[in-house]
Amino acid sequence: MALSIAYLAVIAALASAVIALGTDFRRNELTRTLPFLLLGVSGAAAVVAGGWALLDGLKLSQQLPLGLPWLPWHLRLDALSGFFFAVVGLLLFAVSFYGPAYVREFESGKQPLSVLGLFTGLFAAGMLLVLLADDAFAFMVAWELMSVSSYFLVTYQHQNAPNRRAGFLYLLMAHVGALAILLGFGVLAGFGGHFTFDAMRAATFSPLWASIAFVLAFFGFGMKAGLVPVHAWLPEAHPVAPSHISALMSGVMLKVAIYGFIRVTYDLVGDIQWQWGLAVLIVGTGSALLGVLYTLMQSDLKRLLAYSSVENIGIIFMGLGLSMIFFGTQHPALGVIGLIAALYHVLNHAVFKGLLFLGAGAVLYRTHERDLERMGGLIHRMPVTAALFLIGCVSISALPPFNGFVSEWLTFQAALQTPKLESGVLRAILPIAAALLALTGALAAAAFVKVYGVAFLGKARERRAARAREVPTGMLAGMGFLAALCLVLGVLPTTVIGALKAVPQLLIGEIPTRMTAHGWLWLTPVSAKVASYSAPLVLTAIVIVFFVGRLLLRRNANPIRRSAPWDCGFGPLNARMQYTAAAFAQPIRRVFSGVWRVQEQVDVTYASAPATLVSGIRHQLHIHDWSWLGLYEPIGRLVLAGARRIGLLHSGSIRTYLMYSFATLLLLLWIVT
Amino acid sequence: MSAAPDPYIAWLLAAIQTLLFIAAAPLLAGWVKRVKCHMQNRAAPSLFQPYRDLLKLFRKDVVLAENASWLFRVTPYVVFSAFVLAASVVPLVAAHLPTAAIADVIVLVGFFALARFFLALAGMDIGTAFGGMGSSREMTIASLAEPAMLMAVFTLAMIASTTNLSVVIEHNLHAGLVLRPSLLFALLALVMVAVAETGRIPVDNPATHLELTMVHEAMILEYSARHLALIEWASQIKLMIYAVLIVNIFWPWGIAEVFTAAALAWGAVAISAKLALIAILLVVWETVIAKMRLFRVPQFLGFAFLLALLGMLTHVILETGA
Repeated sequence: MALSIAYLAVIAALASAVIALGTDFRRNELTRTLPFLLLGVSGAAAVVAGGWALLDGLKLSQQLPLGLPWLPWHLRLDALSGFFFAVVGLLLFAVSFYGPAYVREFESGKQPLSVLGLFTGLFAAGMLLVLLADDAFAFMVAWELMSVSSYFLVTYQHQNAPNRRAGFLYLLMAHVGALAILLGFGVLAGFGGHFTFDAMRAATFSPLWASIAFVLAFFGFGMKAGLVPVHAWLPEAHPVAPSHISALMSGVMLKVAIYGFIRVTYDLVGDIQWQWGLAVLIVGTGSALLGVLYTLMQSDLKRLLAYSSVENIGIIFMGLGLSMIFFGTQHPALGVIGLIAALYHVLNHAVFKGLLFLGAGAVLYRTHERDLERMGGLIHRMPVTAALFLIGCVSISALPPFNGFVSEWLTFQAALQTPKLESGVLRAILPIAAALLALTGALAAAAFVKVYGVAFLGKARERRAARAREVPTGMLAGMGFLAALCLVLGVLPTTVIGALKAVPQLLIGEIPTRMTAHGWLWLTPVSAKVASYSAPLVLTAIVIVFFVGRLLLRRNANPIRRSAPWDCGFGPLNARMQYTAAAFAQPIRRVFSGVWRVQEQVDVTYASAPATLVSGIRHQLHIHDWSWLGLYEPIGRLVLAGARRIGLLHSGSIRTYLMYSFATLLLLLWIVT
Repeated sequence: MSAAPDPYIAWLLAAIQTLLFIAAAPLLAGWVKRVKCHMQNRAAPSLFQPYRDLLKLFRKDVVLAENASWLFRVTPYVVFSAFVLAASVVPLVAAHLPTAAIADVIVLVGFFALARFFLALAGMDIGTAFGGMGSSREMTIASLAEPAMLMAVFTLAMIASTTNLSVVIEHNLHAGLVLRPSLLFALLALVMVAVAETGRIPVDNPATHLELTMVHEAMILEYSARHLALIEWASQIKLMIYAVLIVNIFWPWGIAEVFTAAALAWGAVAISAKLALIAILLVVWETVIAKMRLFRVPQFLGFAFLLALLGMLTHVILETGA
């Protein structure tokens, strides 16, 4: 039954793709809404099927005679895929409300709307199928469906050169990653004797080959998830896609890669070695820290959010790394905390990043601006969007009582259990990773104060921002749904964890944990004496103090008087005198200089009459990602140089080519004999 | 610890302690100011001057800047709630109160971050350069102070193998007088972070309204009347929280572990004496040290982080020997 609902989710997504093709023949409310309605059905079905599998710990598998004749598709829905299925479903559901109004913007664009709808449907179906796949063949087919259809979404507005460039980079890196995944499956299938996951699960691996499979999976899935230093495609590709697609890509496509990593490492390879965990922890910490530092320096709203995804993926991998270290050193009860922290953050990041991308889309929809420096004062013009976006910012900055805080808190708690480890090196490294996570969290808060303060607060910097209006109700509903989830997931962590427990149970086996032993009110990762957090009470206390304070103080107060702000007696302030996004981040840029390659140029022009009077200042700031200079450009040059060498063979003369063929033939004959 | 006390009495005591905490916070601020005046040969205001200031502010009419949004008006309440909640978690007179379980010390840092987040946003709401400058500087300093603080806290947490404040205090109380180098490093780091976070000299100057040097005051420049009162009160609570944290974690002697009248009275006397003493130390520090330039602050906090890291490493390498 749950499996049938899962099929319904996939079929509804495919149907949405097909129906979208008709959008161009008849343009009206119905043809615009219908594909999204089906997408919503798909999302709801995915939540139901996934939630069911998760809550009941189902393990359903089936073979479908699809694909090649002698290789049927094996499909399976269990707690792990069910959890990710539900996460994908939640975002699809939110997007289905948001989409119909949002795509109206593209109706008058150069591209047909049908293309957008077609590939959105295929993309959703691809993600869902990856989660259902139970053999390497089906997995790779679905994986490619997901990658290629999202390529077309990234290049949807291909009249802009940056979009084409981003699309090419995305396609290239997606396939380098896919190649590594394929090789990883090759290793597993070599030992298992078959492409089904069941065969791989049953196989036993030598430690060396298990490590090789792990490294290939880590590289391949890490590339798709956007770990530093293979993240370069992410900040290019995510911003240029339409915003609801960015929300899906950042919110859930990256999570599908994390699903793949967990499936291969925990489930198929099994036998986790702590050295793997250490590698994952170090790469994850690096991604989190560098991701947030790059986030801080962006002034393009969607690019900033994309870099922040790198950060959050890093945090998820930190949780996974911690859990792998604990599993590898035979502390399964602690490993469960790390794994649950990572899964919880998967869910949280999907929700708040989806919300933030949809919010960025709402701003884009009304102001046609992605540059923070041209926004400002939107809280007056778009009050509801502003309130919802604020919830997203508070959640992503890991502030209690919202959801981002719970998963980071759990990650801290996992990292603090290090005294139980035997190795002194690990005991020293884990708390340092935790401290870097604290730095990451604090910098993320700074980044989102910057985003919200510059875009929504203050005065409008440009006319378009000053004239913005609130977005249509459908878009608000999509964002409101996710914002409500941010609060619910933050306030009821024990309920969520109670549901998540099925995943470690599936992967590792029955492990007694006391995380939710003290009832729904108290979250206690290890035991009540070690640490506890009661989000419902925190929320209640804040609400009580807030309203009591307001009631007492405003009881018999005079009406509020408005007046001009303090201007030091120099005359009226204008919007150009506000702090800009670049100015806000300047102290941090100075403190952490060296992390970026910063090119800053200040040209001062002087007036002619009194030669000391400054008539204009031009400030240029370019901030580059080191990974381009240090990694990609050398590789690119190497590939080009190699291609040029190989190009020497292409003389253009048919006689030379015939000689090549002849020589090859002789060589092959010699080998055969 | 004696048998589990009646939960109603425990919750009642917790509520009373919280009220006591927020009521006493201006007194501590007044004491600091008074001692400072004496130290600097100035005529000192009354010990109760902060109460009079708050009362005056509460009575005044609010003047809002033209561009202020709802966020600006909500922020004082959010900030105050966050600090009241934080105060309820910190053991003042008695340990093992039920509120201590609501949030551990990491959540406490989270409350501070929540208050700071909203204050920084309010600073940017008006659209003046002052507010933006204050917010930018506050977030920069905080992003360096928070990891140092958590690192110090992690050291304590690992020593007591808990992040629950009550249990940490209980552990330190019963561990006796053992000189642990890790605790010493953590103490130094925590003191440095506390100085930065409460906006004291040498990081920020609570007494100044000079534009170029201020951080916290720049953010709240546009606030008036009851809004300002709430924010001022909240910063007094913050100072008190840090002071109580430092004295009660590192010198927990005297704190009540059972809820009898005698123990509670003795706990109240002990904490008053300890707070009076640490306030004098703060004043001496603030009098003999000059304020730093803003870009020296990262070095100051980097040093705090390093100390905390050293404390943690000495603990995991030397004290838990494998």
